[in-house]
Amino acid sequence: MPVLSYIEAITAAMDEEMERDDRVFILGEDVGKRGGVFRATDGLYNKYGAERVIDTPLAESAIAGVGIGAAMYGLIPIAEMQFADFILPAVNQIISEAAKLRYRSNNDWSCPITIRAPYGGGIHGALYHSQSVEAIFANQPGLKIVMPSSPREAKGLLKAAIRDPDPVLFFEHKRAYRLLKEEVPIEEEVIEIGKANQVRAGDDITVITYGLCVHFAKEAAQQLNDEHGIEVELLDLRTVYPLDQQAIVHAAKKTGKVLLITEDNKEGSIISEVSAIIGEQCLFDLDAPIKRLAGPDVPAMPYASSLEKAFIVNQDKIKQAMLELAQF
Amino acid sequence: MTKHKEIGLSDQAVVDMYRIALTARRLDERMWLLNRAGKIPFLVSCQGQEVQQVAAAFALERGKDYTAPYYRDVGVVLALGMSVQDLMLQAYAKAEDPNSGGRQMPGHFGSKKLKMLSGSSPVTTQVPHAVGIGLACKMRGEDAISFVTLGEGSTNQGDFHEGANFAAVHKLPVIIMVENNQYAISISLKQQVACEKISDRAVGYGMVGETVDGNDPFAVYQAIKTASQRARNGEGPSLVEAISYRLTPHSSDDDDLTYRTAEEVREAKAKDGLLSFKKYLKENNLLSDKKEEELEAAIKKEIDLANEYAEAAPSPDPDTLYQGVYQ
Repeated sequence: MPVLSYIEAITAAMDEEMERDDRVFILGEDVGKRGGVFRATDGLYNKYGAERVIDTPLAESAIAGVGIGAAMYGLIPIAEMQFADFILPAVNQIISEAAKLRYRSNNDWSCPITIRAPYGGGIHGALYHSQSVEAIFANQPGLKIVMPSSPREAKGLLKAAIRDPDPVLFFEHKRAYRLLKEEVPIEEEVIEIGKANQVRAGDDITVITYGLCVHFAKEAAQQLNDEHGIEVELLDLRTVYPLDQQAIVHAAKKTGKVLLITEDNKEGSIISEVSAIIGEQCLFDLDAPIKRLAGPDVPAMPYASSLEKAFIVNQDKIKQAMLELAQF
Repeated sequence: MTKHKEIGLSDQAVVDMYRIALTARRLDERMWLLNRAGKIPFLVSCQGQEVQQVAAAFALERGKDYTAPYYRDVGVVLALGMSVQDLMLQAYAKAEDPNSGGRQMPGHFGSKKLKMLSGSSPVTTQVPHAVGIGLACKMRGEDAISFVTLGEGSTNQGDFHEGANFAAVHKLPVIIMVENNQYAISISLKQQVACEKISDRAVGYGMVGETVDGNDPFAVYQAIKTASQRARNGEGPSLVEAISYRLTPHSSDDDDLTYRTAEEVREAKAKDGLLSFKKYLKENNLLSDKKEEELEAAIKKEIDLANEYAEAAPSPDPDTLYQGVYQ
């Protein structure tokens, strides 16, 4: 099995889907000749040409809206937002249009678009190149939100997103792009959207998270096991909307001690909803208050290293929170 | 030679155009009665814009081209094949409403069968969609073009700018028709834009812009026909502004006399495109008084039947509430 980085896995997923189905195309800023500012579309312009890897004017609402129109026609667009932070001008198109199109037309029209965007901090991106924006979209039935945690996951989930008959927001952690590498099978793997993944089995505490935090939680869990013999049950949500309630409830009941982690601001985040699900369905199975580890409630991640470090959820903070919960 | 023949419209075609425009007007008038009688909760009116709507639709290749009509386009959707009964079903929010099965308010059109994109309430979002259709037609080598309408107030929205610019940069087969009826609810044209004509905005996008009298069916037909030829020839998008006047309040919930005078409306009614269209047909012996009477009677009967049918039709089953969120 070849070893791929997170971003190489994403490029490979798009390449394979474009090869498989000539209705699949890419549009976004700098995605063509430049191959994307992060190089996610590297090589695709040369392989598929300017017609299927379209450099657009700098206008996010048009990138989403034109993609939605092409999806209504029957094509399968992959729209790239250069940074998740810059998706906000396209929110009306995503929430008022893509999310509601099937419902408002009584199943007559549909919108099979995938909108990719790099999110997350820890790369000195400051306020506007570091944000997690998934919570903005996570109460909009009609949308699906996928946030992969590893190269293999990224490839299999992106292929599923592209094949999905409904709009999917696909948030990729930009720090994971070159940080994470793993073996990815050559044979085709499509990972079902809407299903969480048990990353690690354990009996002492349950950790539920998604995206790059899964990687840090996995590392921290191994350290805790080595140092303290604590066994961590780790659940990767994969799809943060709609949530896999069954998997969440099962994992929470298993240990009765639950730590929820997100890099996003704490209030009204994905893990707030996960917490509510557990509160509603597992109250009498809990042995400790639900614990949440998240970004602080300040507007966004600042630029200075000292402030960035103070803001961001990292492996040490996760390990500490796990230990506290285990010792409760 | 008559005006309509000069631009390639047959006698039958102009009579059909008039019939559909008149149907749109009479249907709209009936909707007001039904609303005031408490039978339908809401309507948003097409009165004053029917002629330009029907003329524009006739300039397209109906059945082949894609359209993204805005909420006043009763004339457009009737010309494209939606029936009076379909629109009555929509007004009563009945399960059989082909636009949305009773989920959306009246004026929110859409039909995949008619290649008519489903629309929403936030204005102008349909412009990028129409551009996406144009992009798809170009990518797939399809001869169809994409026609989108909006009000003049909507040209202030970012989606108008973003969509128009995208279409022009990529030379897409798109026609953007602005139905300038002088008002965005209560805000008059002068409070909306500082440029002389909405079509002036085309210059900034590098596309052809043209302003025509929306009360003149032939001027509108010719402008859209020419724009469609440009689109089909790969010469890119066009911006056509059709000027008319909104003869009614914005919607059934609006009172237009809080912001404009009855006299102003009266003057506009005298210039109603439907009246001048009728005069033209009569002068050219395409419509007699007797035929007019028959036409009015036939339209009334069609609306009566549609009303009876729609009122009696079943409402959507509450159990269907959860259907169609995802496939």
